[in-house]
Amino acid sequence: MKVGLFIPCYVDAVYPEVGVATYKLLRHLGIDVTYPEKQTCCGQPMANAGFEKQAIPLAEKFEEKFKAFDYVVAPSVSCTAFIRMNYPRLLGGKTPQHTGEGHICETAKKCMDVVEFLHDVVQVRQMLGTFPHKVSLHNSCHGVRELGLSSPSEQHVEKFNKIKDLLQLVDGINVVEPERPDECCGFGGMFSVEETAVSAQMGKDKVERHIATGAEYVTGPDCSCLMHMAGVASKQGLNIQFKHVVEILAAGL
Amino acid sequence: MSTQHSKAAKEFLKNPNYAKWHDATFWAVRTKRDNMAQGLEEWEQLREKASAIKRHTITHLDEYLNQFATNAEKNGAIVHWAKDAHEFNEIVYGILKNHDVKKMVKSKSMLTEECEMNPYLEARGIEVVETDLGERIIQLKGQKPSHIVMPAIHLNHDDVGELFEEKGISTEKGNHDPTYLTYRARLSLRNEFLTADAGMTGANFGIAKTGDIVVCTNEGNADMSTSCPKLHIAAIGLEKVIPDYDCLAVFQRMLCRAGTGQPTTTYTSHFRKARPTAHHMHIILVDNGRSEWIGNPDHWEVLKCIRCGSCMNTCPVYRRSGGYSYSYFIPGPVGINLGMLRDTQAHSGNVSACTLCLSCQTVCPVKIDLGDQIYKWRQQLDDFGTANPQKKLMCAGMNMLFGSPTMYKMATAVSPLANIIPSFIMNMKLNPWAEGHEMMKFPKKPFHEMIKDYEQ
Repeated sequence: MKVGLFIPCYVDAVYPEVGVATYKLLRHLGIDVTYPEKQTCCGQPMANAGFEKQAIPLAEKFEEKFKAFDYVVAPSVSCTAFIRMNYPRLLGGKTPQHTGEGHICETAKKCMDVVEFLHDVVQVRQMLGTFPHKVSLHNSCHGVRELGLSSPSEQHVEKFNKIKDLLQLVDGINVVEPERPDECCGFGGMFSVEETAVSAQMGKDKVERHIATGAEYVTGPDCSCLMHMAGVASKQGLNIQFKHVVEILAAGL
Repeated sequence: MSTQHSKAAKEFLKNPNYAKWHDATFWAVRTKRDNMAQGLEEWEQLREKASAIKRHTITHLDEYLNQFATNAEKNGAIVHWAKDAHEFNEIVYGILKNHDVKKMVKSKSMLTEECEMNPYLEARGIEVVETDLGERIIQLKGQKPSHIVMPAIHLNHDDVGELFEEKGISTEKGNHDPTYLTYRARLSLRNEFLTADAGMTGANFGIAKTGDIVVCTNEGNADMSTSCPKLHIAAIGLEKVIPDYDCLAVFQRMLCRAGTGQPTTTYTSHFRKARPTAHHMHIILVDNGRSEWIGNPDHWEVLKCIRCGSCMNTCPVYRRSGGYSYSYFIPGPVGINLGMLRDTQAHSGNVSACTLCLSCQTVCPVKIDLGDQIYKWRQQLDDFGTANPQKKLMCAGMNMLFGSPTMYKMATAVSPLANIIPSFIMNMKLNPWAEGHEMMKFPKKPFHEMIKDYEQ
């Protein structure tokens, strides 16, 4: 099983330690993972802002770079969801010159968030890192409602949470969830600079609910939510720390 | 980059206590709705069924409309067809004029709000009295509904108490007890029912097989509006027709559970024909854009909407910005979509009032892909000429940066510089991110450099 590691643009530029933790964790589990060079962005920021067409050349590059792998794994639920939900359509209209036939996107269905990859494909059972702290779980919207990492609070379905399942494999950890466990934190990409007041209010409300659990850390499967909440927390003088799920899973490995 | 919505939302949030109360009030309704959904084992199957019924009916609407009209006429009702708001208002006025109506009581109808019927009739000398308590309150206050199911939810009992004193509805000054205020409203409305010459209802459903108009209320005001005056006019949007009672049973189980978190409305009233001593009942079927929207491949499913309001209650942006921050009279996720179907130029500003969290479409009892549709509207703004030029520029910039790995590498190589720029300077540059956030610390090396050490 060959795994291609996709490190989205803002993780690469702002949170390289999350990329490192993902790489180390996959290696630790004996997975054949490689990081293809010259990756940039999946195109989600432009598409959510209304310029989906600008994502097409990026999707083509992505497809070319990753199509030989069995799986493409990324530490980001929103980028993964964007690729899985939209690439087949974005690339569907393209006709490669060498075949003359309609293009079938290969990477979309192979692209997985690291949490679902570890939970569903690798099916990790062994104990992972050590993190003796109380941690409040942040269920990112696209993880919940597009990738199905946990049961959405809106639906009448059996309760589950794949992130929580994985975190139980960490020694010493105490995992809690805030009140309104899957309400949006208010990032929303361009939303955060276009609807600044509502975005900041949502972020503040969310961070306060995480703090109310008594946790020392907030952890989640998407750095963009964490980046937003950390920025709001720091501006508002709210004291709590933020870590991506993989950083905790890989802690001390 | 601000829109009408973002400016209004900013104002709304300037009163933090009120904003907090508004959010908590709607979250409480969402929680009540969740309890109801969890209480029905077959809730998700019902959603699937409800969506399928609506998809079927809307794609066979010509047949069902004909069936409905034929059966309604067989029952003795007079059926009218209005192609738009103006024609609807003319028909209503024509009927009222024929019967020499001076005053009409009205139970809740968002369709008449859509057609701006009240001001049309008032300009022609006809008094229109709203009888749903929430609607009556905002009518007396000269306001529009801030929510489609709970139109006066933005007001508290002191606001209502003062309003009732000013209008002479309550007599004990300073008594803002909700039970007292409701009692005074009841007395005042009782008089309106008894002195009105006509009553108008909306319709939650029209039943094709029987020609029934079905109206769901908690206050019984639709029944009072139709059993006191001698003339009943029912206004119904084309998309509200469903095949039969079996289908109604599905929606009846969901509407109130989804909307207000109650197992059912207090009254579910069926109107088929006028009572023996009254005039003929009139039913006005209103198109006003709907037949055109059916042909829109990306957005026709909005017509499945049963107007429960649950997408508003769950929307984190609606809860923190209020109904008046949207440019269309229906706010929240479904209002964003309906507004765009109505007029793209007037309502493009609303489509950015969404984080794409998708809670709306996960809560929707008829499974409208509300969030996905907002995403689709965004893709069209450039063609409509309503895309934000700054945003467009930013995206073009990102595309250039991300499209070229060499440029991207150069940019990320200099990003550590941001660490030595104090955050207060970033704030002063009117960086919109800095309005709500401290700037992030950039690392010394991006991942694509760091990984080289690990791979060796």
